[in-house]
Amino acid sequence: MESKFKINAAGTWHETADLAWRMNEYDEYAVEQAVQLKEQVAGADLTVLCIGPERVKETMKKALAMGCDRGFHVADDAAQTKDPLQIAAIIAEYAKGQNFTMIFTGMQSQDRGSAQVGVLVAEMLALPSITTLVGFSYTDGTITAKRELEGGVKGLLTVKAPALCTCQLGLNTPRYPTLPNIMKAKKKELLSVPIQDLLKENARQETARMFFPEKKGGGLVLEGDVADLADRLIRILKEKTTVLA
Amino acid sequence: MKTILVAEYRNGKTLAGHGELSAFAALVGAESAMFLVGNKNDLPAYEGTIYLADVDHFGEFNPDVHKQLLLEVIAGEQPDLVVFSHSSYGWDLAPRIALALQAAQVSEVVAVQGDSLVIPFCNGKLRRAVRSLSGTTVVTLQAGAFTALETPAASPTVVEITTDVSGKITFNGYEAAEQGGVDLSKSQIIVSAGRGIGKPEAMAMIADLAGALGGDFGASRPVVDAGWAEHNRQVGTTGQTVAPKLYVACGISGAIQHLAGMKKAEFVVAVNTDKDAPIGELADVLVVADLKQFVPILTEKLRAL
Ligand SMILES: Cc1cc2nc3c(=O)[nH]c(=O)nc-3n(C[C@H](O)[C@H](O)[C@H](O)COP(=O)(O)OP(=O)(O)OC[C@H]3O[C@@H](n4cnc5c(N)ncnc54)[C@H](O)[C@@H]3O)c2cc1C
Repeated sequence: MESKFKINAAGTWHETADLAWRMNEYDEYAVEQAVQLKEQVAGADLTVLCIGPERVKETMKKALAMGCDRGFHVADDAAQTKDPLQIAAIIAEYAKGQNFTMIFTGMQSQDRGSAQVGVLVAEMLALPSITTLVGFSYTDGTITAKRELEGGVKGLLTVKAPALCTCQLGLNTPRYPTLPNIMKAKKKELLSVPIQDLLKENARQETARMFFPEKKGGGLVLEGDVADLADRLIRILKEKTTVLA
Repeated sequence: MKTILVAEYRNGKTLAGHGELSAFAALVGAESAMFLVGNKNDLPAYEGTIYLADVDHFGEFNPDVHKQLLLEVIAGEQPDLVVFSHSSYGWDLAPRIALALQAAQVSEVVAVQGDSLVIPFCNGKLRRAVRSLSGTTVVTLQAGAFTALETPAASPTVVEITTDVSGKITFNGYEAAEQGGVDLSKSQIIVSAGRGIGKPEAMAMIADLAGALGGDFGASRPVVDAGWAEHNRQVGTTGQTVAPKLYVACGISGAIQHLAGMKKAEFVVAVNTDKDAPIGELADVLVVADLKQFVPILTEKLRAL
């Protein structure tokens, strides 16, 4: 999702028209890690799940083209009104009884950034969860992982599958789907169910207001011809700093 | 109102972030108690009760066990708010607590507005005021959003706590941040490249500008993750913290994790095609331009000086 936001009439979210939509960046690392694991473990089967309106199927098709086997879409035109606990409850409701060996999520979404959903899903399913991973390997059911801490320090962890991992930027190098794989993905199963079938929890929180951060001002904004901008910037650097002295 | 503040301990030390938690409690006018899995010889400067679990016994990182220890404190104290730092420790533990309490968790709080908590949306491009609908609310606070109060020598009351729960996750210690290469923390002039540079070849242009200014080049995280720059050039919470005389951010939007690493710069210039990019909040000068056109011209003119 990019740039130019307009607040909606109710003042509680942004308009969704005229925005470019794409897969959550953190989820790209999650999909890639899951696909790599599927390639490593013989006979693995990989499902991608996404909650949202019809348009999220585009993102799911990308995940299928990256190597997921099937898609499970939870159709919800009002996903923005669901809080992290509800989103997690939907996923857990779907996942329970399916005996997934591994669940991968992004460590957070780029828009809401709660960093809660993965951990909540695991807690609901009584699985161990490890978060913010920048390193992952899997051998005979044991996960060896690095989780990122402040300042670039890493925590070294091991845990036994079944488990849930939340993926941080830089965990791997997400692949670009190739044309043949994009074609193949079109034939893969993409099941869609209405959210009512899976949502059994009430919201614990609601958005009262969405707004633009206050401009603190201060800074000078320069616009115009680039050569002219360069001259103006040099003049400012000479006046305000000592770096050109 | 009553709060539990969750302090942190890492690599043999109590972390300073607890001061911001206390500041938040004071701001909302709440009584507080603190929770720490730490060491009784290194207590936070805090006036009040600290529920202390011995880190030698329970480990610095052991989410299942820390969860159980904290839940027992919560059961006794019955707080309205459970307050964490929005840190690698906080965002890992907080949802575990929230679910056990069936409570709302509001992540990365930057301000309080009436009965709402304000949080960022889309890397700070927008803000969201959120109301909790649950009795107890779990919150994580954005680092730096609440200024720590000066705490003169404090004498906390320590209540030692314990549990016999064990965890499923094994913590095998730390790996230090990558060392070597440039040390940007000492650089006086830094020109940084963000995702807006578009392609790896454009790094040369950024390095040239840094050269023309007599400084070093740095990068935002996506540039490092893509392998276009070495990790030791990354500026931000998970990279270097820098304090140059001049910081030029080229094609960097200004996410909080980046700002945290460069906000001590004396003078900040941002080059961005988006006039509303959050970096504009911090920049002394925002040059609204395509960096691919602007940077080479600026470099040429600087070389001609
Ligand atoms: C736990 C955690 C830790 C993190 N640690 C760090 C960290 O240490 N350092 C860090 O940097 N990030 C960190 N991040 C990532 C951070 O949240 C942002 O995703 C990242 O900083 C964005 O980098 P960016 O500004 O380069 O890219 P974007 O946010 O994609 O911004 C690109 C910018 O370039 C502009 N642009 C595009 N084209 C042009 C052009 N031709 N000319 C001029 N401008 C252009 C756009 O308008 C936009 O503002 C961390 C994230 C998490 C969750």
